[in-house]
Amino acid sequence: MSENLISVNNVSVNFDYQENFISKKQKIHAVNNINIQIKKGSFFGLVGESGSGKTTLGRAILGANKISSGNVIFHDDDRNYDLTNMNKQDLKEYRKKAQLIFQDPYAALSPRMTVRDIIAEPLEVMKITNSRQETDEKVRDIAAKCRLNIEHLRRFPHAFSGGQRQRISIARALVSNPKFIVADESVAALDVSIQADILNLLKQLQSELNLTYLFISHDLSVVAHVCDVVAVMYLGHIVEMGPSRELFKNPKHSYTKALLSSIPSIDPEKRSEAIELKGEIPSALNPPSGCAFRTRCPNPGVDCKGGDIKMGLTEVEPGHWVDDCCVI
Amino acid sequence: MSHLLEVKNLDVKFDTDEGRITAVENISLSVDQGEVLGIVGESGSGKSVTAKSIMQLNPGNTSYNEDAEIILDNENVLKFTSKQDLKKIRGGKVSMIFQEPMASFAPAIKIGAQMVEQLLIHKNINKDEAKSISINMLKRVGIADAEKRFNQYAFELSGGMRQRAMIAMALSTMPKLLLADEPTTALDVTIQAQVINLIKDIIKEYQMGVIFITHDLGVIAQVADHVAVMYLGSVVEKGPVNEILKNPKHPYTKGLLEALPDINNLDEPLKPIPGNIPSPLDRPTGCVFRTRCPHHNPEGKDGKIEMKLIEVESGHWVDQCGMMCGQHE
Repeated sequence: MSENLISVNNVSVNFDYQENFISKKQKIHAVNNINIQIKKGSFFGLVGESGSGKTTLGRAILGANKISSGNVIFHDDDRNYDLTNMNKQDLKEYRKKAQLIFQDPYAALSPRMTVRDIIAEPLEVMKITNSRQETDEKVRDIAAKCRLNIEHLRRFPHAFSGGQRQRISIARALVSNPKFIVADESVAALDVSIQADILNLLKQLQSELNLTYLFISHDLSVVAHVCDVVAVMYLGHIVEMGPSRELFKNPKHSYTKALLSSIPSIDPEKRSEAIELKGEIPSALNPPSGCAFRTRCPNPGVDCKGGDIKMGLTEVEPGHWVDDCCVI
Repeated sequence: MSHLLEVKNLDVKFDTDEGRITAVENISLSVDQGEVLGIVGESGSGKSVTAKSIMQLNPGNTSYNEDAEIILDNENVLKFTSKQDLKKIRGGKVSMIFQEPMASFAPAIKIGAQMVEQLLIHKNINKDEAKSISINMLKRVGIADAEKRFNQYAFELSGGMRQRAMIAMALSTMPKLLLADEPTTALDVTIQAQVINLIKDIIKEYQMGVIFITHDLGVIAQVADHVAVMYLGSVVEKGPVNEILKNPKHPYTKGLLEALPDINNLDEPLKPIPGNIPSPLDRPTGCVFRTRCPHHNPEGKDGKIEMKLIEVESGHWVDQCGMMCGQHE
């Protein structure tokens, strides 16, 4: 039995793009040649700015985006699912085991359904339960785990605050008893006082229900707090990956360093120590050759500036991988 | 010296179908020239409503209390009713930067045309002069190819670029007061750092007063001189930024700081503030924070203590109920 739950091997995702109907068809390289292994029971973080491809990768792992090349393997107890080569029946099975929690709890819940119906819907769609009584039992069980009251189940989503709605979304994702959860910016829309509550809940549920998370976020402080392993993405590439403490204490890649220094410190006496990056993330339609970060890198080498260094990760410490360009 | 802006005892209420909502209650604030006042608070705390009151941009169902005063440059803007007077403040003496620049630029009008239009309204100049002022301003905020951008639409610019253009537009009329409502929230951290530095430079250069609204205490620490912490329409604590962030007195301010994940202190568990923010329709009487307060001050819990700021140290004001809670530890 493998100790990894998810293996992502050389995965790339491209989208076709045509500016208007007479222009040439182009390819957007959203995710390029990604290799990650997500261990069972881990909290795997994926950070990066908007446009770095984190959501696309998350969706590809769930089978919601087509994978252009490479493969994703989900190691279940008794069998392996290969996402690139799966029939409809298997996909249905897989969907029970891998679920998604969305970012905006205001948009993710249907305003016309009661909380009970929202949480019960996956059970009915996937035909997991056979009777209404069994469904109700499961719904009540998971609602209690997500700290929702029984009387909440009868109400509609508009009666709830952001934090409570997010707990409803979590309950819906967990009701089918999945093993793997992709949480895509799941606390980004919440206020700080509530955000901490949801993060603690996710952690608690992880140990209670034996879950493995892929936690996608742009907020490094949040990722540093909850994740065991972190991968930093830039323009569709992973530029650095490692155990979260090691990575945040000892960042090697210039992009990770710049990101970390850009977090505004809550100490008013420590002002503007940010390594300022010039310009903005380039378009994925026309990415730089060689190192994707070279156009914004504060201290590029001669070779990498010319775009002659290919991207690829090297292990600098056990489990800590850095893109070649910044190792040299 | 009188302040550039002084808000005194401001209440803002909205009439809705479900009843009258108190959005802001008894707020007093002041901003001097060249000073940044940070207003921090969670959603629904009344930060934006306070800022919009200064420009009278709140919707038609808004009512202000009789004795409220918003003194800008020795004039009470709440008494302004004529279009002429309002024009003086909206975009003239006061400019505003919004959170989502895509939503604030008109999508079908070129950026340059929008910048020129507002200059023609507020300044006595011709089109060519307005164009050169606008292009210079775009250059000043760090937009490369300013002439080209001038003739583009908002959707052709990236997020950071759009926010820079928004800042350029807000500054081109040389306002005395700048209201920045979550100007960096929609931006990535690396771009946020650029925009924060830009705003700081500009404040220094033009010596304007700024109200900087955000929910991010880190951003506040980086830009503000003074801070007001708001909760459910009331200021619960205010004072110099160093005092508030290093020596907070109110349990809400303390709670906010503890709930914030700190990357330099990963061993500290995250401490959420218990409970949820109450709906403004059933705003607690007495201390607004009492339904979530972790302390047990019996009178405060029953709502018997009225909200009132008291000065605990020079310039550092704390709500009296919150102060008592702190002493009950």
